[in-house]
Amino acid sequence: MHLEGLVFQALDGLASASGLFFVAAGLSLIFGVTRIVNIAHGSFYMLGAYIAVTLATAIGGAVGFWGGILATAVIVGIVGALIEIVLLRRIYVAPELFQLLATFALVLVISDATLWLWGPEDLFGPRAPGLRGAVEILGRRLPTYDAFLIAIGPVVLCLLHLALSRTRFGRLIRAATEDREMVGALGVNQSVLFTAVFALGAALAGFGGALQAAREPANLGMDLTAISDAFVVVVVGGMGSIAGSYVAAVLIAEVKAVCIGIGLVQFAGLSFNFSKLTLVAEFLVMAIVLVVRPRGLMGRQQVAIRSVAEPDAPIRPATKTAALFGVAVLVVLAALPLLARSSPYTLVLGVDVLIAVLFAASLHFIMGPGGMHSFGHAAYFGLGAYGAALAVQWFAAPMGVALVAAPLLAAAGALLFGYFAVRLSGVYLAMLTLAFAQIVWSIVFQWQEITGGSNGVLGIWPTPPFDKLSAYFLLTLVLVACGVLLLRRMLFAPFGYAMRAGRDSPLRAEAIGIDVKRIHWLGFAIAGAMCGVAGGLFAFAKGSISPETISIGRSIDGLVMVLLGGIQTLSGPIVGASVFAVLQDYVMRETPYWHALLGGIILVLVLAFPGGLAGGALDLARRLRRP
Amino acid sequence: MSTLTVHSLSKSFGAVRAVDDLSFSLAEGEFLALIGPNGAGKSTCFNIINGQLTPDDGEVRFGGNIISRLPPRDICRRGIARTFQIAATFGSMTVAENVQMALIAHARQTYRFWHPAASYHRALALDLLRQVGMEAAADRPCRELAYGDVKRVELAIALASDPKLLLMDEPTAGMAPRERNELITLVKALVVERGICVLFTEHSMDVVFTFADRIIVMARGRLIADGDANSIRSNALVRQVYLGTRAATGRMEPIA
Repeated sequence: MHLEGLVFQALDGLASASGLFFVAAGLSLIFGVTRIVNIAHGSFYMLGAYIAVTLATAIGGAVGFWGGILATAVIVGIVGALIEIVLLRRIYVAPELFQLLATFALVLVISDATLWLWGPEDLFGPRAPGLRGAVEILGRRLPTYDAFLIAIGPVVLCLLHLALSRTRFGRLIRAATEDREMVGALGVNQSVLFTAVFALGAALAGFGGALQAAREPANLGMDLTAISDAFVVVVVGGMGSIAGSYVAAVLIAEVKAVCIGIGLVQFAGLSFNFSKLTLVAEFLVMAIVLVVRPRGLMGRQQVAIRSVAEPDAPIRPATKTAALFGVAVLVVLAALPLLARSSPYTLVLGVDVLIAVLFAASLHFIMGPGGMHSFGHAAYFGLGAYGAALAVQWFAAPMGVALVAAPLLAAAGALLFGYFAVRLSGVYLAMLTLAFAQIVWSIVFQWQEITGGSNGVLGIWPTPPFDKLSAYFLLTLVLVACGVLLLRRMLFAPFGYAMRAGRDSPLRAEAIGIDVKRIHWLGFAIAGAMCGVAGGLFAFAKGSISPETISIGRSIDGLVMVLLGGIQTLSGPIVGASVFAVLQDYVMRETPYWHALLGGIILVLVLAFPGGLAGGALDLARRLRRP
Repeated sequence: MSTLTVHSLSKSFGAVRAVDDLSFSLAEGEFLALIGPNGAGKSTCFNIINGQLTPDDGEVRFGGNIISRLPPRDICRRGIARTFQIAATFGSMTVAENVQMALIAHARQTYRFWHPAASYHRALALDLLRQVGMEAAADRPCRELAYGDVKRVELAIALASDPKLLLMDEPTAGMAPRERNELITLVKALVVERGICVLFTEHSMDVVFTFADRIIVMARGRLIADGDANSIRSNALVRQVYLGTRAATGRMEPIA
């Protein structure tokens, strides 16, 4: 590896850091003022890329390109403002989880809107007029456009800094970031401020996407890649710090670039390809920063996140009636292979529903009693599925062994990621878990030799006697029922109480001698293992798996299942998962825009019950009692 | 013999020296009040002793061992329990379960996964609740209780870990005068019975002068007086800190 090559890669890294910085800066700005983590920020970035390409091709020439980029920033800013006025303004007082979910619903809606408007094909933009050439650096040719991108990052950083320190608007933003209530009390019109900040943040993301469109084609995967990268940047740089975002964006882009630059290394007879390590490197940077400086490189003390939700009611063991009902449901399910002999599809759907139940129950375990809002639970589902599938593919493991490998791999992943996750709370935890899931997805996607890349693993079939659908259904039923009952048992045991104690009042829990982090870490691992069982069952049920198993969409499905059933009850995830899985099965067959529909449902739910579903039900009950 | 020794403790937040070269000790069985105007550094001092904060300088010894820089859970296991200025309990549990949780943690039974927590130490928990006068509310959710009652539950939780020292940060904040005296009378009776020593902060001078064995006074992070009720009452420096230069009568109320 030559030094020149490394420097050249470093320059390339600086060029990609700019785009990352724009998204992260917007995200950070919006969070600072509104306290909302806008998951849809990556979608603004994607919209920016699509709109810029459309404008550049439609108008053409230098005006179309450069004017188009500026126009794109304005358009995306307006879209952002509209979204803030119509949607977000209504949920500033809702529980944090609902805010996150609402912005995620936006991701789904925008993604399907983009698909509808521009189609599924990647969209190639024209090259930048005036900057088509290249500059000679260290004997290599660096595209002029990259040089321009390298420069624009610091330029925008300085402009933002000036705007924040010199203008009245900037001072208001900084004041609101410091103490929102006080700014309101001083008579500042908050709605205008919030809308303006949201529009500015959206415009920044749109601008970043527009600039990037000349470097890489606009595609439908950009939104999630951008947002998970931006999450990592914001966590590393420190939430609320614009300069921190830039430093972190550069740091991460550089580490990636250097990994690619080092490339293949021969060491002690082993060859090791560093360029395959880019995503792991990103994770490592974040991990190190979180251990050394939990607030991020330039972040301040984490803002205390107020909890609007009432504490849960105490948990009670099932009443006799409820227990009998549970047994009855199990008996009916056990008899299902006999009852549904004429329609085998019922059993296929039954397996899906059961797997969803264990998936949701394991997520609820950490979300409800643990209070850890994981936005990346699909990681452990995927690790379980791949654990089982790879055991079959590479070690020709029988199904029984593969189904043990599934929770083991998932638990290992959960132990690793959980170690960092339990150090954070609230939105930071949500961002981190989502980024982790995206990293697992990327590893599976990139590590083609082992995982089959985007093709996935094929031919994972159950061994006899479970190759018969009815037998596999019963196996699934037994494992899922045992898993759910075990989780429930743990929640009633001292361990589950300690987990809730740590959630209710970490101060009090520590003061009576509970190691809250360790308890939550272990809870995270247990949930991961259970989720891995669900993933393993999924692999054998489908016969093949792909990186789709780990998609962010699945993580969000889990959240919707848990919230649908009510996070405060132990039976909630079971009901929620069943309803969701059946609904999904029916709706998916009707429309290709299933995601937008799901997003729409989430938005309606969040807007109709900003206090949470359980809160909504209570409200309704109260209103009915008082005519 | 002293159980707790605080030796030249210092803690700064930015440019503010919240605690500045603070030293004092607490004798076996003593009921010691720590008073001072707002911002004197009382809570910071508490949070250092309890392990929530680490001091910049100095040390805290308990039973001869250095405990400063240990996490709160380890300090609890060495026999220091505390109550908070704003009572901290587990809102999603019943009153009895709150105390049972503390008993479970104290018995190192947190990592048990099978038998229901409700079956652990129930009788002991009810007994503690009876002693603080909350037995009747044992099965009510803790989040439903009135604030004064939550403070009593918190006391039972603190006693559940069988402490040798009890730290109470403004135990009567937000209570009516009669309630205050009742609670402190109760605390005093319980700790005397168990031989627990107490360090508490308090804004009500009535409570302090009636109940404390000894009083130490902090102002701007420093210790300015140490003595019994009479000597503190007549201490010129203390008067100055609390009342400016005006002469004081026997009754002192802090500047809010």
